[in-house]
Amino acid sequence: MIIADRKPVDEILGMVSDAKKILVLGCRGCVTVCSAGGEREVEILASLIRLGMLKQGKKIETIEGTLVRQCDKEYIDGIDEWDGQYDAIVSMACGVGVNFIANLRPTTKVYPAVNTSFFGGSADQGVWMEQCAGCGNCVLHLTGGLCPVARCAKSLMNGPCGGSVNGRCEIHPDVECIWQSIHDRLGRIGNAEAMNAIAPIRDWSTAGHGGPRKTLRDDLTI
Amino acid sequence: MTFTPDIQAFCCHYTSQQTIAEGREGLKEDGLPANVTLNRVVCTGKLQVSTLLKAFEEGADGVYVVGCPADQCHNIKGSQRAAKRVNAIKKALAELAVEPERIEMFHLERGFHPEFVEAAQLMNKRITDLGPSPFKGEAK
Repeated sequence: MIIADRKPVDEILGMVSDAKKILVLGCRGCVTVCSAGGEREVEILASLIRLGMLKQGKKIETIEGTLVRQCDKEYIDGIDEWDGQYDAIVSMACGVGVNFIANLRPTTKVYPAVNTSFFGGSADQGVWMEQCAGCGNCVLHLTGGLCPVARCAKSLMNGPCGGSVNGRCEIHPDVECIWQSIHDRLGRIGNAEAMNAIAPIRDWSTAGHGGPRKTLRDDLTI
Repeated sequence: MTFTPDIQAFCCHYTSQQTIAEGREGLKEDGLPANVTLNRVVCTGKLQVSTLLKAFEEGADGVYVVGCPADQCHNIKGSQRAAKRVNAIKKALAELAVEPERIEMFHLERGFHPEFVEAAQLMNKRITDLGPSPFKGEAK
């Protein structure tokens, strides 16, 4: 899922400083699961915005809403329920949600309340780890299911590098050397010889270096 | 001009048994400041961040939570969860340039004990010294 973190309240207050009425809009997708922008976080942020404005001697009205998703046209239509009731939307969805509102409601002001951080999973309660970089050219079948693009500090395709010490990465002792883990895992699954294969120079054009990416499924389009 | 703060205390059922046994008058005799409002909850782990923020929105100058000792919560981890939420609010208050010490977590023994009243007195003194809540400015 997409992992996000709420922006500092003072940064959000700066965005809405001229607004009198705002719609704080959550998303029931990824940001609900990672506790960054679901219904509960909407309630908290709305309260913090009201308090922040009160401290500045201003008053702001807040409407609290949460859509099923903010990354689908049909769900974005849900914001029509609050038409005319707000000056700006503060979206707690990931950047995709903010873009979707901006795309589909050309005259609506929309601001991001979260920093969209990475694709990850829950490693422990309250802990999320990056696992995938969305590079568009998956090599997990060659690396025992562990991603060197997202989880190696250098995104090396032929690791480990000289900075690997006792299974840890030189950038920080808390960071595992994913190439050490790939090596160990390939051995455990009887595929250690895969480590001898030299990965060719990689074409990164699928990783966003060739501009915004698009997927078109002809079988699904109408 | 004297300032009497509005202090909202959220106490769990177990740490605030004194309130039931002695009642408001008994606690007053023990020294509980009259401007401290006790809100009893089944477990502080049930308290949401939004509930505590709402107390500030409704005019509290200070807020505190009283839960069981961190390693002896009746509901195992309830008071630990509450402490984490109080810390989250401290951080948010700091982001708003408001004194984080306007909210506090106390881990106290269950049952009858003088610390229950002492926590209220400590918060009363602290918030009186800090002055009125910065959220109370007249909104334009």
